[in-house]
Amino acid sequence: MKILVAIKQVPDRDSPVRIDATGKGIDESDLQYALNEPDAYALEEALQLKEKHGGEVIALSAGPENVGPTIREALAKGADRAIHILCDDLASRDALSVARLLAEAAKQEAPDLLLTGLQSEDLGQGQTGVIVAELLGLPHATLILHVEKTDSGIEVKRELEEGWFQTIQLPTPAVLTIQSGGNKLRYATLMGIKRSKMKEVKQLTTDSLVPAAPPVAVLEQLTLPAKKKSTQMLTGTPQQAAAALVEKLRTEAHVL
Amino acid sequence: MSSILVVQEERGLGRNRFSFEALAAGRQLAVLTGLPLETAVVGDTNTPALAETSGPPPAAAYAVQHPLLDPYTSDAYVPAFEQLIRKLNPAYILFPHSYQVRDYVPRLAARFNQVLIGDIASIDAGPSFTRQLFQGKVNAAYRHPGDGPCFLSIQAGAFRPDPPAAGTTTIHPFIPVIAPEAIRTRPSAPFRDAAQTVDLGSAQKIVGVGRGIRSADNLPLAQELATALGAELAASRPICDSGWLPIERQVGSSGQTVAPKLYIAAGISGAIQHLVGMKASQCIVAINRDPAAPIFEVADYGIVGDLMELLPALTEAVKAAKQ
Repeated sequence: MKILVAIKQVPDRDSPVRIDATGKGIDESDLQYALNEPDAYALEEALQLKEKHGGEVIALSAGPENVGPTIREALAKGADRAIHILCDDLASRDALSVARLLAEAAKQEAPDLLLTGLQSEDLGQGQTGVIVAELLGLPHATLILHVEKTDSGIEVKRELEEGWFQTIQLPTPAVLTIQSGGNKLRYATLMGIKRSKMKEVKQLTTDSLVPAAPPVAVLEQLTLPAKKKSTQMLTGTPQQAAAALVEKLRTEAHVL
Repeated sequence: MSSILVVQEERGLGRNRFSFEALAAGRQLAVLTGLPLETAVVGDTNTPALAETSGPPPAAAYAVQHPLLDPYTSDAYVPAFEQLIRKLNPAYILFPHSYQVRDYVPRLAARFNQVLIGDIASIDAGPSFTRQLFQGKVNAAYRHPGDGPCFLSIQAGAFRPDPPAAGTTTIHPFIPVIAPEAIRTRPSAPFRDAAQTVDLGSAQKIVGVGRGIRSADNLPLAQELATALGAELAASRPICDSGWLPIERQVGSSGQTVAPKLYIAAGISGAIQHLVGMKASQCIVAINRDPAAPIFEVADYGIVGDLMELLPALTEAVKAAKQ
């Protein structure tokens, strides 16, 4: 099976998120970056399918030059090669525009499966994979926890709301967006890291793929969320704060 | 004629609320834009969602009918709604932000060269649509500059459903053309993995743990507090994904929805997926080392600090108070 995995580099969850001077972007000066966690699960599912059925796993990512380490991480975990769409304006593109880039790059590879995380941890739009399926004219399924190969294609386990699941049979080629938690994530081994340095990373430019188009949804303003409730903060040593909280819960909130 | 079309989702009585919230959002947008409100639902003209509306009934309602729309597949829903939208030509199309909507609406929007502005928490003059970025740490206001329909999905719990009001709706059947061979996916009936043994929904007190607990080895600290309180232990998704607690203890959009008297969020940052599962709790306590964590926005009481110190201190304080 030839599997393409679309991955995204996102600010690390513990990085401070500050709005920049334009009010439309994030101050990138002290951000740390990481592989988007749902994409890590998509990569894991792809690697496990390859281990069972053979084939090739190709990581695909759009972003600026500094996405390189995230692509190397995917290679170190076991992807065979990678495609890097060099794109300096990723943040100002909407999901349709990013999906067009990924779909054009995917066409050149014609994979049996295209996997990606169900959403990114930064923008959380959860659309890119589904739009790529539409642009490629392929069937898709979302929120997938597990993939089985069948004689005619694949059978997947899909998460529904409130603890329900369903299975879906799809022909291949197909696009799947992967939910987190279906597998245990692997770490890159030292050998994997060493090998990753010899693996091919093909670079593509955005101009070679699709002409730029203005976004259909325009980000106007970023703001910090307003408090919905007035929160009483309890301070002091852990013992003092704990005692004060228990007192409040008893005498003020009446919940103890 | 240009209008605002709210697509309701009909799936059992409990979930209509999200459709009613989408209707409330549509009504707010109708006031801002002066456009008439219409609604659509998959089903025949007797579908309860068309009759059991909230607020003044929309001017028109469309029952989208086709045998291939049951069970749900994106391959059937996308052409069905593409045809309805081309016929009605609405300026705005609103959906509840459900798993089903997330599955087919991005694909539907792409057919109109549009994107879904998803998980909208508020609608303001402009109109301007606000959604959350970075796991709830930042709000982003979006504008749709025109040229084609604007696709929006409404965050669960963000808009209050209106009480029912008198009025009449004209119900129109709409029968799309769907080719059987267009449906490439074959879904099974929904199932549960195992009988749930933990009913968090009826718990009076809950201690919820998140990534801040750092390691499964630290879970006993939260369990001891739960035991001292007589509370159930629950968790955010990453804890269950890591296998530290069973999935039946997960609170949030993909787990259980709870509303206990007391919810203690220990090391939970407060991403919207978790908040929708617990924000109706009567009293919320947040303990987090990050003072900017979004969980503090919904908390009644907060302590900034280290869980490893605060959890044992709280357990002791609860025990002392009981004596």
